[in-house]
Amino acid sequence: MQIVDRRLNPKSKSLGNRQRFLRRAKAEIKEAVRDAVKNRKVSDIGSGEDIAISTKSLREPTFSLDSKSGSRDFVLPGNNDLVVGDAIPKPPPAGGRGSKGSKDGEGEDEFVFALSRDEFLDLFFEDLRLPNLIKAKLKSLETSQLVRAGFSTDGPPSKLNYVRTMRNSLARRIALSRPSLETLEKIEREIALAEAETPPDEGRIEELRARLARAVQLRKTVGYLDPLDLKFNRHERVPKPTTQAVMFCLMDVSASMTERLKDLAKRFFILLNIFLKRHYREVQVVFIRHTNVAAEVDEETFFTGRETGGTVISTALVEMQRVIDERYPLSDWNIYAAQASDGHNFGDDMEECLAILEGNLLEQCQYFAYIEVGSTDDGPYPPSEVWDGYEDLVGNHENFAMRRVADAGDIYPVFRNLFSEEKTKSG
Amino acid sequence: MGSKPSPPSTSAKPLYEGADWTFDLVNKAYDAVQEVGVGEMGLDIYPNVIEVITSEQMLDAYASIGLPRMYRHWSFGKHFVRDELHYRKGSRALAYELVINSDPCINYIMEENSMTMHTLVLAHAAMGHNHFFKNNYLFQEWTRADAILDYLDFAKSYVSKCEEVHGEHAVEQVLDSAHALMQQGISRYPGANKTMSLAKERERALARHLYEERSFNDLWRTVPKPAVDEFTEEEEPQQVAGSQVRLPEENLLYFLEKTAPKLADWERELLRIVRNLATYFYPQRQTKVMNEGCATWTHFHIMNRLYDKGLLTEGAMLEFLHSHSSVTMQPAWTDRRYSGINPYALGFAMMRDIERMATEPTSEDKDWFPELAGCGDPIGALKRVWAEFRDDSFILQYLSPKVIRDFRLFGIHDKAKRPHVFVSSIHNEQGYRSVRKALSRQYEVSANDPDVQIIDADLQGARRLVVSHTVRNGVLLERANCERTLYHLARLWGYRVKLIEVDADSGKVLKEHENLRMP
Repeated sequence: MQIVDRRLNPKSKSLGNRQRFLRRAKAEIKEAVRDAVKNRKVSDIGSGEDIAISTKSLREPTFSLDSKSGSRDFVLPGNNDLVVGDAIPKPPPAGGRGSKGSKDGEGEDEFVFALSRDEFLDLFFEDLRLPNLIKAKLKSLETSQLVRAGFSTDGPPSKLNYVRTMRNSLARRIALSRPSLETLEKIEREIALAEAETPPDEGRIEELRARLARAVQLRKTVGYLDPLDLKFNRHERVPKPTTQAVMFCLMDVSASMTERLKDLAKRFFILLNIFLKRHYREVQVVFIRHTNVAAEVDEETFFTGRETGGTVISTALVEMQRVIDERYPLSDWNIYAAQASDGHNFGDDMEECLAILEGNLLEQCQYFAYIEVGSTDDGPYPPSEVWDGYEDLVGNHENFAMRRVADAGDIYPVFRNLFSEEKTKSG
Repeated sequence: MGSKPSPPSTSAKPLYEGADWTFDLVNKAYDAVQEVGVGEMGLDIYPNVIEVITSEQMLDAYASIGLPRMYRHWSFGKHFVRDELHYRKGSRALAYELVINSDPCINYIMEENSMTMHTLVLAHAAMGHNHFFKNNYLFQEWTRADAILDYLDFAKSYVSKCEEVHGEHAVEQVLDSAHALMQQGISRYPGANKTMSLAKERERALARHLYEERSFNDLWRTVPKPAVDEFTEEEEPQQVAGSQVRLPEENLLYFLEKTAPKLADWERELLRIVRNLATYFYPQRQTKVMNEGCATWTHFHIMNRLYDKGLLTEGAMLEFLHSHSSVTMQPAWTDRRYSGINPYALGFAMMRDIERMATEPTSEDKDWFPELAGCGDPIGALKRVWAEFRDDSFILQYLSPKVIRDFRLFGIHDKAKRPHVFVSSIHNEQGYRSVRKALSRQYEVSANDPDVQIIDADLQGARRLVVSHTVRNGVLLERANCERTLYHLARLWGYRVKLIEVDADSGKVLKEHENLRMP
């Protein structure tokens, strides 16, 4: 009997099968993933998910017998009071457990399983990207990549390449005819045999002893493993050029934004944040929130902090301009901005906003998206001040886009609409 | 539990205490288990290899129809994600063990199990299943235990090589279609498979492949094609037709591999792999009750002997009895948990019954089983049974009135058109024999698989393939499934396929299905 510990084998042996399965059911899974986000809480968006898909593309048909035709006999256990001739009504066709154990496979309409966080997000953000992510000047951040670069004769023990090393060792031992342990034992056995003989053949024993001594000597001089044998994996750092980008998230947190509206805006930004973190490791995000004053805050405060006050949108734009001037020279950075508000602004601040945007800011941005939460396109009310004011920008600036979001279900479509690849191509 | 719980003799020290296990303890437990299994009971087993795995690896093995070295296919991924969810949510527990019919016999044990569970698994799988695999006549006739592991390795690497050369999608299509016909990939009737050797299979496939590689010369591609080419292309299937086609043919995959006009060599090889695996699993499908019964009876006997010898603590024995009784529980048909007859329960009950009849027969037993009752050698009797029967013949021969009464088995007659089913027999003098017959019939695999055969193949003209389903008791094929499967058949055949359902008694054609495959 032999015990083998297999626990250390690569864990995800089924990964190949899993990937094949996901690819196979991709269309259905994608749809399910998009539905899933509507029903999730803000904080759950970035985690994995149990999803249910239809089994259409996952059928594994075989020839099987139809239980709705013909006649059959079978045996059941656990008879309490039935006698021959008793009639038992059949269970209703749907949902009831047939008297026979159900055949697996077909019949089930939905197939439920769990996606990991990565799989979920991959599908979730598939074919989305930041528009116009090209700038005349590319500059590398500190990124460099480790790349395999053959073998070397020295290195840290952790990089020892066992296969190569042992191959060298074996070759050297064969070439220098290093005697194996078995050879030694064989000679020893022969000596023992020769000694046991009567009368002992002294000459032969002498010769065997000499052979043994030579073999032992040879084993000592030719090591099992020699520094010469060692081979190490070698890696090189290769610098990797990356585009630098910064995303400005501007959110109105004034009193007119109810909890519901803030929740909508936050959902949008969370989605944006996850998307950026996932697809553009080098993208920096700047969070700016404003009432009648604006301030740059950290991620945590942005999503969880509470504050109220009046609404002066231009303060946020001024703050954004300040940050750009201070930290993100235009020559090196692609600049993006997403702004969310409920469409209310203080009196004549709109002119101020437009002046800032038209004057400089829009030109500096690769893309500027405005999200108005809480209203729909076909509402009976006249458009809000901000919407009205921004309306003119749409025609004059290709890199400006605005959308309305009425409830949580709209967020994902709007998000896709703003960042889909098609959009990227067309403008 | 039947055995008298005599207090453990104080002479021996228990093998282990507490739940934690180590490799040393498993080794010790194995020796003790083997001492009883081989030493006392005289089981005849393949050498054992015990492999310790994690629950995830167990799930993985599950998903690949119990063969951890299976080739890759999306359907195994599908089963994996489903099982994983059930397991994570706690709605289904994992099996304690997994054992492969191979030489050496590979037993998987899960790291999170307790020492008692490991001992139980060793007794159950490494002794019980192992003995059954080595000695049952079906396994001896249908499988080659010494070659299966190599063959699986070969199949896996062959499939992945095909994926590299022809693309994952192309391979997936062939495997999908082959899997759909897997149950029709077995030559059931004697003689057809006796000479099959998996080791030879592998050599043959390698040789075929090597020959192709050697004889491949890219220059031929550049030579202008003469008209002769058309002749050779036309002639080849005819040659095959003349020499090999024998109709009717029940092994659809075999037929397709040999005669399908449009398949490439590698596609034929894939069909062959699926067909060989179907054959490998055929004995297991026919011996579920016996195999589990044998293993369960064996572990029960061994664990009790270990306890009697003082090698198990009382706590360990209680833990064992708890899991043993949940494994062998049979819910009644009205119970929410009922999902068919539990092969562990029925198998164990019948083995215990044979043991009982051999040692303490009643007068009823003497009437029903004159040569078995009171023979005094329960282990010898059981070993004969394990070697010479399969589920249906075993039940037909050995299901005793006592077990029928204990399980309160009753027969049902079901006519699909009626709103009620009728009780046809119960556990009384008049009913024993018909219950037994009906239950045996229920386990007869060839009677429960649809009887589908190829009856006509036009190899020269329209190349239409005609398949028949022999309808027994008016039971037709399930329509949607049938048409989908037919699609796969047509995809492999490459041309039009027709399936007719013929009544077994009257010979009348009841239904026709057709799948048109545009050439």
